[in-house]
Amino acid sequence: MTGAPLPEPAVSPTATEAGVPSTARTSRPRWRETLVLLARNPTAAVAATVLLLIALMAVFDETLAPSGPNEIAVEDRLQPPSLEHPFGTDDLGRDILSRVVLGAAVSLRVGFLAVAFALVVGALIGLLAGFYGCWVDDVLMRFMDILFAFPAVLLAIAVLAVRGPGSGNTALAIGIVYVPVFARVTRASVLGVREEVYVRASRSVGASDWRLLTRHVLPNAAPPIIVQTSVSLAFAVLAEAALSFLGLGTQPPNPSWGLMLAEGRGFIDLAWWLAFFPGMAIFLTVLCFNLLGDGLRDVLDPRQRTLMAGSGR
Amino acid sequence: MADDDVLVSARGLEVHFPIRSGGMLRRTTGAVRAVDGVDLDIRRGETLGLVGESGCGKSTLGNALLRLVVPTGGSVTFDGTDVTGLDRRALRALRRRAGMVFQDPFASLDPRRTVRQTVSEPLEVHGLRSGRRERGERIAELLELVGLDPAVADRYPHEFSGGQRQRVGIARALAGEPDFLVCDEAIASLDVSVQAQVLNLLRRLQRRLGLTLLFISHDLSAVRHVSDRIAVMYLGRVVEVGPAAAVGADPQMPYTQALLSAVPVPHPSLERTRQRIVLRGDVPSPAAVPSGCRFRTRCPYAFEPCPDVDPALQPVGAPGQLAACHLHGVVGRPVRRAEEAVPAAE
Ligand SMILES: Nc1ncnc2c1ncn2[C@@H]1O[C@H](COP(=O)(O)OP(=O)(O)OP(=O)(O)O)[C@@H](O)[C@H]1O
Ligand code: SF4
Ligand SMILES: [Mg+2]
Repeated sequence: MTGAPLPEPAVSPTATEAGVPSTARTSRPRWRETLVLLARNPTAAVAATVLLLIALMAVFDETLAPSGPNEIAVEDRLQPPSLEHPFGTDDLGRDILSRVVLGAAVSLRVGFLAVAFALVVGALIGLLAGFYGCWVDDVLMRFMDILFAFPAVLLAIAVLAVRGPGSGNTALAIGIVYVPVFARVTRASVLGVREEVYVRASRSVGASDWRLLTRHVLPNAAPPIIVQTSVSLAFAVLAEAALSFLGLGTQPPNPSWGLMLAEGRGFIDLAWWLAFFPGMAIFLTVLCFNLLGDGLRDVLDPRQRTLMAGSGR
Repeated sequence: MADDDVLVSARGLEVHFPIRSGGMLRRTTGAVRAVDGVDLDIRRGETLGLVGESGCGKSTLGNALLRLVVPTGGSVTFDGTDVTGLDRRALRALRRRAGMVFQDPFASLDPRRTVRQTVSEPLEVHGLRSGRRERGERIAELLELVGLDPAVADRYPHEFSGGQRQRVGIARALAGEPDFLVCDEAIASLDVSVQAQVLNLLRRLQRRLGLTLLFISHDLSAVRHVSDRIAVMYLGRVVEVGPAAAVGADPQMPYTQALLSAVPVPHPSLERTRQRIVLRGDVPSPAAVPSGCRFRTRCPYAFEPCPDVDPALQPVGAPGQLAACHLHGVVGRPVRRAEEAVPAAE
């Protein structure tokens, strides 16, 4: 991860496919069914379990961490992994396991906040653009194109330069970068759902635009947005690491996986564990979000689901 | 015909969809004339069958009558009120009084909403039976009315067959106690055995609730026996309208005759005497409607005035029968040949 480029926002492949109008017709409403199908997909199930453990770790960080993350013990510095310090210690003698555990909270919080921001703003923009079309679509989506055209790092650095570093602003910066992705995915999906007969049917009994949007269009347009959320979480965690690595994200002495990676880089030939464990944490989290995203895509893709559930139209 | 007999009325109704060039400027390069000057009266309590080939604008006309598409010209009157310029409130009130049953029951129900949610939507929108219990009772009542067991209210559409789904669609359309229902090919996509059931349901409901029905179909024979009157549409225009028996037995417009000659007649004697008209060529595109009589490119009787005068509906044949054809006397609007001519008022 040297150089640590901020990953460019990736549009998940289903984004465009799911825009096809006919797909919504066979999709099923129940979450239980989704969960059951997801559980039958072993990779996704394992990924979801690992993510749940990481999330629990982040929630109960204070209780789980063997010692304070910023507890300096100079006499213990640069200890290799041992029973006392399973992940070893860093150059200030801080327990790396504790810092990885506490770093989970920082990394995931920034990731979730960033994606939540991008999801809310982007989905709203995509919803309005896709549903109303015409000039609303033109104006909103050209704006998104401009935002999208900025190199992601540059955009994030600009936001952080204006608002100063720190985890809240890092989340905002990453969130802004991902707004166009959610806007596009949502719009593509809404364009398909908008033309569905059941939307016209609701209009024919007098439903307002607001009702159409919230009760019919959004729920039916949701699957690709959910998939995109999972995939984006992976990228947001990676982006937080990259920005922290560059010194723009989380500020020392607070632990964040990206920051720990950056700090450990100087000792890579002397004490590999400094960079290795936070690096693995990033790797595992990103991998699991991606695998979960793939699993969700399989489960939420109506054609696939029709096949599995054995109930055609 | 007394005016208060008429519930829905269209005058010179036009729905033109602009054809736009691609690119940033999106210039309008032409128009699909889906509905192009329709005059039609639908009487209180009657079933009017609207027939015509695919793409002739039947659905668009139905949508325009309910203001589900905004007409680009002409007017629609519903129970004496012009609906073209309604504000939001008035439009919502119209939606309560006029509903639609759609062709494909697999597409017209939201897959993520239960039957209860679907049927209760009109009640919620119009604030009817707002108590929880009253609303539940009303939904049960509606489901019973269309022949469904109220116990199925909490199921999702995919658990139902096509016929059952169509009943749910009908229950939704009836929830607001409408006066007028547009059934757009409402039975076309169902199994033949189910078609009869749903058709009977619609007729029973009509009698019981005093509904006015616009029954859209591409199949004249299917509509003949359920309609009081029939309107025949060709390329965006109603070209013949009249009592079902008269239009079915003695059509006055060559296009209707052609449609009927495709229908097998049960009586051998009638079959023999009937003249056969086989249509030549394809339906022209609604983006390039022929001048004068729009049927002239396929009409075996086309003669001199046909390209020059756009025929108007005129009374011919049985009482109440109207047809737009110069064979009954040249009546209509002369074609403005040069497009650069000032758009004259008639
Ligand atoms: N929203 C639209 N934009 C552009 N053109 C349209 C639109 N809706 C309908 N049309 C065109 O208008 C014409 C009439 O369409 P309409 O659906 O009303 O025909 P129809 O008689 O109902 O046909 P069918 O029997 O196939 O349902 C067709 O050529 C169609 O392509
Ligand atoms: S007006 Fe002319 S072209 Fe049209 S139907 Fe009559 S005879 Fe045929
Ligand atoms: Mg149609």
